[in-house]
Amino acid sequence: MNLEEYKGIYVFIEQREGEIQNVALELLGQARKLADQLNDKVYAMLFGHKIADKAKALIAHGADEVLLVDAPELKDYTTEPYAQAICQIIRERKPESLLIGATTIGRDLGPRVSARVGTGLTADCTKIEIGEKNEMLMTRPAFGGNLMATIVCKNHRPQMGTVRPGVLFAMDADANRKGEIVNYEVKFDSSKFRVKLLETVKEENDLIDITEAKILVSGGRGIGNKEGFAAMDGLAKTLEAEVSASRAMVDAGYIGHERQVGQTGKTVRPDLYFAFGISGAIQHVAGMEDSDLIIAVNKDKYAPIFQVADLGIVGDAKQIISKLTERLGK
Amino acid sequence: MDFSLTNEQELFQQMIRDFAENEVKPLAAEVDDLERFPIETVEKMAKIGIMGIPIPKQYGGAGGNNLMYAMAVEELSVVCATTGVIVSAHTSLCAAPILENGTEAQKQKYLPKLASGEWVGAFGLTEPNAGTDAAGQQTIAVEDGDNYIINGSKIFITNAEFAHVYVIFAMTDKSKGTRGISAFIIEKDTPGFSIGKKEKKMGIRGSATCELIFENVVIPKENLLGKLHKGFGIAMKTLDGGRIGIAAQALGIAQGAISETVKYVKERKQFGRPISGFQNTQFQLADMNTKTEASRMLVRKAANKKDKKLPYSVDAAMAKLYAAETAMEVTNKAVQLHGGYGYTREYPVERMMRDAKITEIYEGTSEVQRMVISANMLK
Amino acid sequence: MKIVVCIKQVPDTTEIKIDPKTGTLIRDGVPSIMNPDDKSGLEMALQLKDEYGAHVTVITMGPPQAELILREAYAMGVDRAIHLTDRKFAGADTLATSHALAGALRKIDFDLLITGRQAIDGDTAQVGPQIAEHLDLPQVSYLQDLKFDGVKTFTMKRHIEEGYQMLEVDAPCVVTVLSSANKARYMSVGGIVDAYQKEVEVWGFNEIEVDEANLGLKGSPTSVYKAFARGLKPAGELYEVETDEAVGIIIKKLKEKFILN
Repeated sequence: MNLEEYKGIYVFIEQREGEIQNVALELLGQARKLADQLNDKVYAMLFGHKIADKAKALIAHGADEVLLVDAPELKDYTTEPYAQAICQIIRERKPESLLIGATTIGRDLGPRVSARVGTGLTADCTKIEIGEKNEMLMTRPAFGGNLMATIVCKNHRPQMGTVRPGVLFAMDADANRKGEIVNYEVKFDSSKFRVKLLETVKEENDLIDITEAKILVSGGRGIGNKEGFAAMDGLAKTLEAEVSASRAMVDAGYIGHERQVGQTGKTVRPDLYFAFGISGAIQHVAGMEDSDLIIAVNKDKYAPIFQVADLGIVGDAKQIISKLTERLGK
Repeated sequence: MDFSLTNEQELFQQMIRDFAENEVKPLAAEVDDLERFPIETVEKMAKIGIMGIPIPKQYGGAGGNNLMYAMAVEELSVVCATTGVIVSAHTSLCAAPILENGTEAQKQKYLPKLASGEWVGAFGLTEPNAGTDAAGQQTIAVEDGDNYIINGSKIFITNAEFAHVYVIFAMTDKSKGTRGISAFIIEKDTPGFSIGKKEKKMGIRGSATCELIFENVVIPKENLLGKLHKGFGIAMKTLDGGRIGIAAQALGIAQGAISETVKYVKERKQFGRPISGFQNTQFQLADMNTKTEASRMLVRKAANKKDKKLPYSVDAAMAKLYAAETAMEVTNKAVQLHGGYGYTREYPVERMMRDAKITEIYEGTSEVQRMVISANMLK
Repeated sequence: MKIVVCIKQVPDTTEIKIDPKTGTLIRDGVPSIMNPDDKSGLEMALQLKDEYGAHVTVITMGPPQAELILREAYAMGVDRAIHLTDRKFAGADTLATSHALAGALRKIDFDLLITGRQAIDGDTAQVGPQIAEHLDLPQVSYLQDLKFDGVKTFTMKRHIEEGYQMLEVDAPCVVTVLSSANKARYMSVGGIVDAYQKEVEVWGFNEIEVDEANLGLKGSPTSVYKAFARGLKPAGELYEVETDEAVGIIIKKLKEKFILN
């Protein structure tokens, strides 16, 4: 493999029902930064059917060239047609690196493609940098997030990586950016299309297990009453979070036992734990102290919850909730 | 000599811990609080063979041994002593005497149902006037053609309300004292047999401890377990085995209290640091753990001897004596280290301390164990 | 129906802690377990066995001590267990691992290959789809449920962010299963007693069908450049300010931690 032949940062643009997913724009933003450092170009691979009108926005978000594959086979995602399209581009265009969103689609497609072209894939990167030899240094969590590992793909191209949604930053759209839109034709081998999509069903994931939640908005005595909980619900919706509570609130009947955090409830370790009006009795703290980021709001500045909080605010939990919901809603 | 578990035993321990943690622990406080027999847990245990651990495969059991059985009672009791005694009474006091003394027909009839957990077993020896002094039996069985007619009552019977089969003892010749006692197998729906009042207990509150009442209960002669007038020996041998189960239960209670306490002292802060940093805490924990580990060695030794078909009654007595007294001491210290919280039902050590007490009393009090141990020394 | 399930022994990452003094991982005393997604995959296979009398084989690649999870699988009810182990497999990344497993799977006849979606030590979710590619079989990942028509067609429920998809695929095929798909059964006591009476087949490079160049360190396109522990928690900050300012501080923190953009 002559590594010199491989050029360009390619980004898989994920669309669902014709809507470009945010993660694709985030990848473009990162790819743009990397390409500027390398003096290289950013290519957006847009697959779908009747989606040509979406191509321009990709240039505004950082792409130099959009490879538009418009085919009925690509209307909805299934593994094989998408894998064939990407692999043809890889064979013909020889990308230096290739980024995919770490969604249920990207994490299905990425490994299939990496195995077909025989290259390395780094999953769920949280950071991508350029190394001394202009190689990609892709950093990702391992061992349940206890360890970070930086992965390189030395002798194989493209250097592939998937990146979690919400980790990188999209650039502000710039309608004046110049770029090219190329209609790319893919020759499909439909004899390999062996998975048939019957239907896609959307559902409200209302019955989430709080131990699985990435963000928890948790309330205690300081929340007071039903109205207080309704306000927490509002904040949780804005943050796509789940609501949980201390034992006092469960006993008072404001919330079900399945949402109780603590010694007699559940042990949680979300990425973010909001403790609103929770004093932080040991039996509560035992159930949440391993959360990655703890933000506590309490009127009592000596409340023990502040000993485990990364950020503590002395103040009225209800006021903070309503103001925060308002600001985030904008 | 090897003190480590085999791979098979480790795998078994992993399974039973998993089961205890996920299926038994979540119910423990409720079972205690509501004095509720955890029938759903029994059904789950039945499904995976916990109700028939040392019963041979030919009788529908798991084909395990007494060591595995003791490990199971220990691990269940770590999280819920009620569940531990349900399995112990069922296995040691009902299935075991049928396996060891039953005719082939009795084994074929009862063991598959007991081992599969379809039926729960119980044991009736104690009476209002016959506790440690079993010879004071007032329940009588009178021969009547092909049948026996039983009259009398039994008290403090574990599993009573939910059992389907009972191994009970009655006088078949009052003039001979202990040599006039016989053992019988009685099924739940036998006419004249009923369950009396349920005890309100200090601990193991979910184990459905009740009175058994016999009013002209007619049972066929084939339900005589072992030989006529040989019931006392069967009872004593059964209790030897039962003591391994109760010792394992006590061991589990102590271990559970230690685990809860270790967790607590690392979290609880006083005077600006976790109380685990204080030497008093450290020394108490060291004593608790050492005695519990010593209990474990005694329990495993007794179970191992039973598995090897060596005499084990003194070993079982020592295991039960030491494990029971250790459980009481360890749970008491656990509550003390928890301070005020330990006295509330917010923390499980309060329940564990109440549960521990019974292990010094049933299936032979600590005093009886001392009698067994010293009698063997002085004979 | 013949089913093969790929399982992996992993450290229980929920038990791993960081040494507060050195900032390194404490791995001592961390139990090894059957990977949760794999265990649900195994349960799915055993349910098909209960319903259709399927023959279930488990295979694992790993060091000698990984035999434990094969015994566990026997105790749960599988029919055959294969332990893939060879120095030539050592140092493999996901691609080289998938080549070794695919090499073994070429030697086994099956209608359905089940893997877990991902292993908790690496969380990559790559090996299943990569095996499917090497064997030229269709794949369905993120599987929540599956129905078999009794002949050759599976109807599958695949999890996606906004809900689920229903898919149809014929045997033979590869699926990767989520741990939330079911609650795996416990080993049975009798099963444990029997598990150690049964044979675990040990396969090495000579037993499988694969190009040696694709294996182990040599066959791994990726390598670890460096590994480091995540930074320890800094001492918390405490603010006593007006509501507006407090909300500003919270939002700034959320941006710092990439929770908000």
